[in-house]
Amino acid sequence: MKDGLAFIAILEALEQASELTELQVLSERLRDYFKVDHLVYHWVSGAGEQYGCGTYDPVWVQRYIEKEYLRVDPVVAGCYQRFHPVDWKMLNWSTKPAQAFQAEAIAHGVGNQGFSVPIRGPSGQFALFTVSHNCDDDTWAEFIETSRRELILVGHYFNQKALEFEPDRAPEAARALSPREVDAMTFLAMGYSRAQVANTLSISEHTLRVYIESARFKLGAANTTHAVARALQHGLIIV
Amino acid sequence: MIRFLYANELGNHSKLAHDMFVDRAKQFKERLGWDVHVDRAGEERDQYDMLDPLYVIWEEQDGGHGGSMRFLPTTGRTMTNEHFLHLTDGVRVESPFIWECTRFCLTEGARPQIAAALMLAGSELMRGHGVEHFLGVFDAPMERVYRHIGASPEVLGSTGAGRTKTSVGLWAYTPEAKAKLVAKAGLSEAVMRQWYERAFGQRPTVKSAVA
Repeated sequence: MKDGLAFIAILEALEQASELTELQVLSERLRDYFKVDHLVYHWVSGAGEQYGCGTYDPVWVQRYIEKEYLRVDPVVAGCYQRFHPVDWKMLNWSTKPAQAFQAEAIAHGVGNQGFSVPIRGPSGQFALFTVSHNCDDDTWAEFIETSRRELILVGHYFNQKALEFEPDRAPEAARALSPREVDAMTFLAMGYSRAQVANTLSISEHTLRVYIESARFKLGAANTTHAVARALQHGLIIV
Repeated sequence: MIRFLYANELGNHSKLAHDMFVDRAKQFKERLGWDVHVDRAGEERDQYDMLDPLYVIWEEQDGGHGGSMRFLPTTGRTMTNEHFLHLTDGVRVESPFIWECTRFCLTEGARPQIAAALMLAGSELMRGHGVEHFLGVFDAPMERVYRHIGASPEVLGSTGAGRTKTSVGLWAYTPEAKAKLVAKAGLSEAVMRQWYERAFGQRPTVKSAVA
């Protein structure tokens, strides 16, 4: 069983990060948290600039770039212009170049298993958030089942943070919550139950769930309690 | 049968894709009188078709289009956030676990099973990709179709009246809703799973510890 507080602590550190180099440290912390061999974040901007951080062997990273494995890697082909996360086993590894690539990746310690989250940012920005590991299929399937949600979330938060470091990035109001979301978070902070909040706002609990989920994502939070704490801390809500 | 196709895969299914965009022109321009753009080939496309969406399409036995819908992640640009914020209480819905569903379209005279099969395909997407909600933009006739197949969304807000009424609504994944759709579509879950896996690859199933 993973530790929810440890995950929140990492998200807090991610929120505080003020330099690109801190993402490297965070990728290592996340690898340890998920107890996987590797964790990698790789971004390509609309203009084709690349940035990456993670725990792969630098020799492998160098080789990947030199050999232009971007063109061969089934993970890239399977994620580019798509938006659903993929277990590497769902990809097509049957071609000769893909098989040779996989053998080499495994030899460099990447592992026989992987899971990648494609992330679409503004203006054609594209990123991949990946964990890889060496284990049998059942163990991996179980890991994905229990960790998928956290992997998808933290992948997106990682990307939002990386975007903040872009030099000429237009300031965005993305973090701002709408008045309705502020109301929902405020009532939750006051200790209202979901049913009470929904009732007070004259919306269904189902709709409220979606508003809370949206607010939580904008706040970079792990769960609702964390989102309420963040909203208070940022002064977005006052109770 | 159901096809799950990303925009860059439509080229391999050009007749099906053409039929879909033509049926969209017929539904949205001709039947509903929406202010949408139809090109010289008779196809209706909008700016969101340029954002690499995922299409879920019912392909008839002759390769033609029976019905379809279009998905985009709400973490990127969406029609709801750019055009229908007034229908969501001003909330910009954004989450990797909520996908937007737009341009739900049926070919003229489509059997009711097709709409149910499309919705069932939607619930298969939710199950397979960990999506928890769909946020949809739909027209008045579709609202009746959803009700008929027992897959009514929760309506967040509507604008216009009569045939020009446009609404934003929510669907959640529930096993009960899925079971209802299985019956309405006249398809088994196993068949739908097969179509899903053909598109997205097979995931190994978790075997029980005693097996």
